[in-house]
Amino acid sequence: MPAITTSSLSDIVFMLLFFFMVTTTMRETENKVVVKLPEATEVAKLERKDLTSYINIGTPVRHLQAQYGNDARIQLNDSFKTVDEIRDFIAAERDAMSEADRQFMTVAIRADENTRMGIVTDVKQELRRCSALKIMYSARKTAE
Amino acid sequence: MAKKTPEINSSSTADIAFLLLCYFLMTTTMNQDMGLQRRLPPMPDKNQKVEDQKVNRRNIIIVKINSADRLLAGNEPIHVSQLRDKIKEFLTNPANNPDLPEKSEIDIEGYGPCMVSKGVISLQNDRGTSYQAYIAVQNELVGAINELRDDWSMANYGKKYAQLDEDRQAIARKAVPQNISEAEPKDIAKK
Repeated sequence: MPAITTSSLSDIVFMLLFFFMVTTTMRETENKVVVKLPEATEVAKLERKDLTSYINIGTPVRHLQAQYGNDARIQLNDSFKTVDEIRDFIAAERDAMSEADRQFMTVAIRADENTRMGIVTDVKQELRRCSALKIMYSARKTAE
Repeated sequence: MAKKTPEINSSSTADIAFLLLCYFLMTTTMNQDMGLQRRLPPMPDKNQKVEDQKVNRRNIIIVKINSADRLLAGNEPIHVSQLRDKIKEFLTNPANNPDLPEKSEIDIEGYGPCMVSKGVISLQNDRGTSYQAYIAVQNELVGAINELRDDWSMANYGKKYAQLDEDRQAIARKAVPQNISEAEPKDIAKK
């Protein structure tokens, strides 16, 4: 019985390797706020990740608390922002998209479960003012 | 006479590649973003006179969450776990109770006339409500509507909503609409 040729094995593995290398996205933004998402059972998957902008809301991580206090803050991209700056952020995100995709833009609100609704409501009102109406409340699926 | 160069031993490339592959397999997070998707109402136009939207009293249920995360649905305090049944009863109105929302016959394209509830859920929250409680309530509301859609699909197509094709899902969405209004924030405790 002839031995199985293993010469193509490395090619196959390399192909798999390239697939994972290409699909892996290294996280580019550093989390400056602690976000523990609330749990929910009726969550739906987000379809277009590339059309999503994230708004993180939570208390600053521990080593930044000396500087920023431990009140809930908003993080956009890489820095702390105020509610008024959401407008510029949304405008910038929208500009980066192609004309056809703009209507599908989704804003994911990633708020910590202990956040008070006051700040979330402010964010929601600001989003309405910028007419970014498609939103998603990020949540974890409850483990069954 | 040139000597034949010995071939490079390539038997270990597969091992090396496997090692790299394992590394990427481990570090890749296929985290899918999950959440409750919602559409915000557009900002009312300032120039436009705000017309009092006449929604019949019986067609609206007000769900309030106060700063202590207590829940009030339709003027009675209830627990989150009871909310789903309450909403389902409100939206289906099985006994045609005059206090519960009326139904109207709507012609759905591709299905035909169908009785659709006119009920609207109005969700109000305090600034001090915790996000966790808010999401729990939102989750129950979506859950109630999803269950109703499942029931409706079961009764009409013999399948659950998620197993229907897209056209039928659209019909089911019209037959059981998701009317959740997130109220304008009110200045309740302005100091």
